[in-house]
Amino acid sequence: MNNNLYNYILGIADNSLILGQRLGELCGHGPSLETDIAGTNISLDLFGQVRSYFQYAAQVSGDDAATEDTIAFLRLERHYKNVLLVEQPNTDFGYVIVRQFLFDAYHLLFLKELEKSTDETLAAIAKKSVKEVSYHWRFSSDWIRRLGDGTQESHERVQEAVTDLWMYTDELFHQTEADQAMISEGIGVDTSKLKEVYYKMVSDVLEEATLEVPEGKYFHKGGKQGIHSEHMGYILSDMQYMQRTYPNMEW
Amino acid sequence: MTLETQHIEPHLTSILESVSDPEIPVLSIMDMGVVREAVERDGIVQVKITPTYSGCPAMDVIGDDIVSAFAKANKKAKITLVLSPAWTTDWITDRGRKALEEYGIAAPLSPEADKEALLGNKKIVKCTNCGSTETHLVSQFGSTACKALFKCDVCQEPFDYFKCLK
Repeated sequence: MNNNLYNYILGIADNSLILGQRLGELCGHGPSLETDIAGTNISLDLFGQVRSYFQYAAQVSGDDAATEDTIAFLRLERHYKNVLLVEQPNTDFGYVIVRQFLFDAYHLLFLKELEKSTDETLAAIAKKSVKEVSYHWRFSSDWIRRLGDGTQESHERVQEAVTDLWMYTDELFHQTEADQAMISEGIGVDTSKLKEVYYKMVSDVLEEATLEVPEGKYFHKGGKQGIHSEHMGYILSDMQYMQRTYPNMEW
Repeated sequence: MTLETQHIEPHLTSILESVSDPEIPVLSIMDMGVVREAVERDGIVQVKITPTYSGCPAMDVIGDDIVSAFAKANKKAKITLVLSPAWTTDWITDRGRKALEEYGIAAPLSPEADKEALLGNKKIVKCTNCGSTETHLVSQFGSTACKALFKCDVCQEPFDYFKCLK
């Protein structure tokens, strides 16, 4: 079993899984019909990508019983490797958009590099996903401009979300042992090279949206090591409920 | 249609053309460009299909529909999902584009025009009801992941636009 590859795939896919779950919570609860549909469409794209990653992870896991479903639904909290950013709650629409915006910028840059991976399967998933994520980025950055440069109320609220969520951005670029092993094999993406571009990309949109780029130097971390915020348990209990209550159930 | 990446044995074409996209019933999966390969080997038809979007829920249904379409012709079919090369709206045939328009979904524009349209910079998406280009974007995401929602300023009808994916 190639443990590093397995962990590396989960490190990518768990971000999309948990963000997709968060967006899914908004189904039927969006502030307007259009944004409700947009949120769930993005969620669906992310879940589709997660399925491809998890099917591949199941193959390389060396465990015959592993499937995309067991990987998604039967792990414990400490085994999820998503960054803290994506598990942050849907406080209000401002937070939903800012979380999406901060993740999309990273996701887009990451996938454009993953396309060049020496691992054919990961490169293929990246080539497929990058097209979808370009639309996510367009959607979220468009809303940042609209809310930031909108009314006084929308400006204040989206600024608060930017300031609050900023401290979760640095973790996107932290590298785990699996990340480093995969980078040295030409499979993984060296995220440290993306950091400067990322902050430039994000800051440009924020400035255009008349928002302040936070200057805080304190950043949270831990998600990639499985040490999550208090929100994670609630997400998982919701997400895993059916499999835990009715083991091995299928649709 | 990029023929170099598509390989379909001629005697299987008519059966595949009888299968339609469950979300857009007027469009056959062949015109949609999702069938990448169909070959018959030792009595089993091997079909490779590619998803339009990663999370497209229609893919499972399309796979089942292909199997049952071949079953009617007393043939066994095996479906494989391939991701690479990734599907692009360029693979929708001219007949498919026409069927989309008639069904009320505006066909995808070129990548540059698509960007202008979705950012609301230019009025270029043609209303499928009255043909006017006096239309505006309502939402970048429509009833399915592959579509955006537009509204016509002349006849006031809302309609879907199939987003360019390239």
